[in-house]
Amino acid sequence: MSKITNEKLIELVDLTKEFEDGMRAVDNVNLYVRRGEFVTFLGPSGCGKTTTLRMIAGFDTPTSGKIFLNGQDISNLPPNKRPINTVFQRYALFPHYNVFDNVAFGLKLKKIKVTYQDKNGKEFERVEKLSKKVIVEKVEKALKMVDLEGFEKRSISTLSGGQQQRVAIARALVNEPEILLLDEPLGALDLKMRKDMQLELKEMHKKLGITFIYVTHDQEEALTMSDTIVVMKDGVIQQVGSPTDIYNEPKNSFVADFIGESNIFSGTMVDDKKVKFIGTTFDCVDDFAKNEKVDVVVRPEDIFLMDEDKGQVKGKIISSIFKGMHYEMVMLVGKTEVVIQDTIERKVGEKVSIIIKPNDIHIMAKEFSSNKYDGYITKKNTVCFGDGEFDCDVTQLYPGSFLDEEGYLITAEGDKIDLTDVDVTVEVGLKDIEISDDAELGGAVGNIVSIIYKGDHYQLIVRTDEEEEDFVVDTEYTWNENDRVSVIIPSEKIKLALKQETKR
Amino acid sequence: MRKEKTLNNERTAGSVRFGFSRRQLCIPYGVFLLCFVIIPLVLIVVYAFRGNDGGFTLDNFVKFFSSTTTISTLIISVLLALATTIVCVIIAYPLAYILARSNLNRGGTLLMLFIVPMWINFVLRAMAMKDLLTLTGIFGINNYLNVIIGMVYDYVPFMILPIYTVLTKMDKSLVEASLDLGASPLKTFTKVTLPLSMPGIASGITMVFMPTMTCYVISDTFGNGLITIIGKLIDEQFTAFSNWNFGSAMAMILLAIMLISMWVTGSFKSEDTRGANL
Repeated sequence: MSKITNEKLIELVDLTKEFEDGMRAVDNVNLYVRRGEFVTFLGPSGCGKTTTLRMIAGFDTPTSGKIFLNGQDISNLPPNKRPINTVFQRYALFPHYNVFDNVAFGLKLKKIKVTYQDKNGKEFERVEKLSKKVIVEKVEKALKMVDLEGFEKRSISTLSGGQQQRVAIARALVNEPEILLLDEPLGALDLKMRKDMQLELKEMHKKLGITFIYVTHDQEEALTMSDTIVVMKDGVIQQVGSPTDIYNEPKNSFVADFIGESNIFSGTMVDDKKVKFIGTTFDCVDDFAKNEKVDVVVRPEDIFLMDEDKGQVKGKIISSIFKGMHYEMVMLVGKTEVVIQDTIERKVGEKVSIIIKPNDIHIMAKEFSSNKYDGYITKKNTVCFGDGEFDCDVTQLYPGSFLDEEGYLITAEGDKIDLTDVDVTVEVGLKDIEISDDAELGGAVGNIVSIIYKGDHYQLIVRTDEEEEDFVVDTEYTWNENDRVSVIIPSEKIKLALKQETKR
Repeated sequence: MRKEKTLNNERTAGSVRFGFSRRQLCIPYGVFLLCFVIIPLVLIVVYAFRGNDGGFTLDNFVKFFSSTTTISTLIISVLLALATTIVCVIIAYPLAYILARSNLNRGGTLLMLFIVPMWINFVLRAMAMKDLLTLTGIFGINNYLNVIIGMVYDYVPFMILPIYTVLTKMDKSLVEASLDLGASPLKTFTKVTLPLSMPGIASGITMVFMPTMTCYVISDTFGNGLITIIGKLIDEQFTAFSNWNFGSAMAMILLAIMLISMWVTGSFKSEDTRGANL
């Protein structure tokens, strides 16, 4: 790892990829990778990590933005002209070649400049293919590196998944690329083999000093192998950092939830470096403004279980599962569940207490404290926003006003105002939104795209179809991702504000 | 495990209900094979080795190989079939390639357009094509050209379909891998796409080469009655000259040629993993 230089080898600038159906797979990504670094793109499926990799490889062209390699714009360079090689998800070995020919494929195409001296001692250059001897030497070296000596003549179909994987790695590395791209290369292997290959890849990276860009959805794999992890979601980079940074200091609740087990609580800053959650005030090390609503992340292994009366917070164990290395127990504090990992088992029903050290409390700015939208008033005095239409109380725009029979607003001063098509900003609290299975009930319809458990409630995001507006909802009920729901907001909970002075 | 068990139960229940074992169910097919494949073949062999007096003889084969008419007909048939097959490959490959890659062919609509003519009676199609050629004046140029055009027209869908199937089933990441390793699009085609589509070409060849040797309806329609292919010769022995023995011998020779051509293309197919040097 000492080999990582500060030189930016590849740089992505405002990189965006929009597919024909209008889906934004990669949204304005800015990132650089240093020479010799092992970078992992991590995220759930559909987060844009593979698309980003394919743009670096040259299989997809960016819709906008640029890719620089060694300072040169390669955004529109075809893949065969890039000094980058890829290990594909399903290996993509050529079935009509044997192991040797697969590995030698790139070498046979390679042309190098050779300098000669003519009779007069003058130097001249000639572009030549690699000699057969050089190719054989290089292939043998590459196969040796992946422990497949003597496999040269074997046909691809006689190899096991792990062996095919190694051939694929050898085939890419033999070309000595500046960057090696790996697209979930271990996904098809069983757990044991995957763990071995992780370490071997890491070892190869150290030995060769080639820059690796690795794509995976497996957080453990990312933490094990990478120098730097790039967490992505919905085509947007959520956080870039070292494995320890990402694990210990997640920037938002998505990252915290995605990387490892974690308790995410809603909390409030009550004083300087004091945060209140699960009904108790804890000392912490993060600085936030007083009274700010925050998300608090505590890893299950960072919570110490004590006998009742000895800890900071009392509760009752409601479940306990043996996980091999430890017990995973759930303690109930009021209505909030706290997940705890400990090597000593506490029985279900046992009254206990916990201690959390200030260092282990990670505080993040709360992502959504309320939903805010741009909307407009319709003829019927309803309000359109977030891809839907909702009943609302328009009289709140003018204190003391009321509606007459014709639907015009009469202000306290007695002025008559037509509110049709007036632009407003709309604010709705997270707890003020209800969702229902019945599409007819609500003002807008969408799918649940994300669910994060926050200790005593779920925070979910409902995304509408057409405009892709998000409703962030706090609810105690269990829903599933991709559930189709309608959004119900009681009219008195919709807070309106005028965008500009209305025309009379 | 449990699912398997219920499946097995269903199977036994099924055979109990109908009262037939698997072997018994095979009987109709065995009878069919016997009546329409094995007995006719045996009859052909018997006739081929029988002289006019009813005794065993090799005269029919000697007659075939010593007559310039039959040998030249055989050579012309093979050459016509060969030319048809080559033209079919040249037309079908690029077309199948475009169809397999193109966005235009979503849901296979474009492919259907090329396949639908196969559903129309082929004599009718041949007549229509002949009229079209006469109308454009091409028909007067050369009888052999006419026959080749007619055969290509009739048989090209049989070449398109297997090549198209192979190309659509091909893993696209192989092409990407080739580009990724530095091969130009042309090199990628010659080193990856083409070798991997050889099985499709091979089965296309079997489906075109063999029928065109015997399909004398087209040579009759397009050849102005001046081109005789081996299929026509066999037909004449049975119908016009009532010489079943000689006809059977010719049929056997044709069968041997077909088996050889099948063996050649078949070895292509099994070698598809090493056909890379093409």
